[in-house]
Amino acid sequence: MSKEAGLLYNYMFLISLKRAITSGWKSFKRQGGLSFATIFILTLALFLGTSLFFFQKTSEFLIESLKEKVDMYVYFQEELAGDRIIESRDELSKMPEVKEIVYISREEALERFTERHQADQALIESLDELGRNPLLASLNIKAWEATQYAAISSFLTNASFKDLIVKVDYQQKKSAIDKIFSITDSISTAGLVSSIAFALVAVLVAFNTVRLAIYNRKEEIETMRLVGASNWFIRAPFLVQGAISGLLAALITLLICGTGLYFLSPYLEFLIPGYNIFNYFLNNLWLVFSLQLIVGAGLGMLSSWIAVRKYLKA
Amino acid sequence: MIKFQNITKIYKSNINPIIALKGVSFLVNPGEFVSIVGRSGAGKTTLFKLLLAEEKPTSGIILVDEENVHKIRPSLLPYYRRKIGVVFQDYKLLPSKTVFENIAYVLEVMGVLQKDIQKDVPKVLDLTGLTDRADNFPEELSGGEKQRAAIARALIHRPEIILADEPTGNLDPFHTKEIIRLLAKINENGTTVLLATHNQEVINALERRVVTLEQGEIIRDEQRGRFAL
Repeated sequence: MSKEAGLLYNYMFLISLKRAITSGWKSFKRQGGLSFATIFILTLALFLGTSLFFFQKTSEFLIESLKEKVDMYVYFQEELAGDRIIESRDELSKMPEVKEIVYISREEALERFTERHQADQALIESLDELGRNPLLASLNIKAWEATQYAAISSFLTNASFKDLIVKVDYQQKKSAIDKIFSITDSISTAGLVSSIAFALVAVLVAFNTVRLAIYNRKEEIETMRLVGASNWFIRAPFLVQGAISGLLAALITLLICGTGLYFLSPYLEFLIPGYNIFNYFLNNLWLVFSLQLIVGAGLGMLSSWIAVRKYLKA
Repeated sequence: MIKFQNITKIYKSNINPIIALKGVSFLVNPGEFVSIVGRSGAGKTTLFKLLLAEEKPTSGIILVDEENVHKIRPSLLPYYRRKIGVVFQDYKLLPSKTVFENIAYVLEVMGVLQKDIQKDVPKVLDLTGLTDRADNFPEELSGGEKQRAAIARALIHRPEIILADEPTGNLDPFHTKEIIRLLAKINENGTTVLLATHNQEVINALERRVVTLEQGEIIRDEQRGRFAL
């Protein structure tokens, strides 16, 4: 292609693009009812998708925070010197399963105990009456994953310092921990499966709405072909129309989600301390909006493409 | 030059196949004005559909400027169709576009500049008496106005060939005369015109070549024909 021909080609492309956008926008405005229905359905699909996204994030955070809470205490004999416990600590920390290990001396344990039970006057008084520190020194162990506590536990029963250990506070919590994990697991699986199912249905409905809208115009498409319009010239305005619907649907969804999360956030923070979903939303605003935009406009355009293709083939 | 060579078109049907055209051959020279006459169902519209490559003949070939119309690649078909302006019997106006936009669409398809579109469309609107209807949608027009809009769209891009399928079917005698005068004038400027009609007065007033179809066959082809069925 010569330079002039190339320039002319680009120029023609720009003219056609401008015409496609103008024509798509006009059709969008003129078919008010159908456009509204399409936006509504696309919004529904996007909303379900976005809910899925935030649901996943919430359950991830919930599981993380539960995992944080799971730990293990190893209590040592009363008269044992701190050095021996620190030795055991160093030995334990070599285990790959151990994420974090903290030594709590008897004094520290007492300090924490009194702090926690400040309000309970009777308890503090009886402790004073006792005249000595009844608490044991301990190691607080955190594993990388909940399933690893069993391994640590069995290591402890065979460890060189096993005779120094008075008790391991894991078996007591085990059943409760396992139950919490199984519940969160099934909640998040059920949520995931049903959200995907809903989103899929919404996508299909959105696709069908666009298809019906275009079915109404199949004779128009046929006429366009007969007066010499190329396939791209026919298709482009429909794609533009789909993209506009997707864009507006994305904006509406963002607005709904923002408002919804703003009001939902305090309740969720109450249930899961330290989790502010609205802040998470604000911090990821651009990511969320870009995803909605891509999915919304993509869905609108893809539906249009497939629907128009049928009438361009004949 | 348009050449119809031994064209047969049979529409398949479950009960009995319909023979729309049977061994039709004739030749239209550039710049000629040919009227195709015949009763409804004689095959006039089928002939136009085949020429526009909207349908394929069962047998036979159609050559336009020595090119087999039905062998044109799909990607090049739009360029071929831009050489032809068609007044469809059922108008085929785009319902979602205004009269102005309907006419401008053909120019947009061809990539004509916006300023030329703004200049040309009003002229054709004026020529067909639709200036006041420019911003109306097809459903807001009377039958005659739709027909004139269809004619305006067929003329706007100065095609080499105009196919007019019953272009005066819904017009009153005044507008019929106007439209035929318009077609004749366009023809004088070198455009080939094929006119399908069963309007006796139109044919007799034109005094041009008349091809008469009956049950899919040519029964008469006269240089200065008169209407006779």
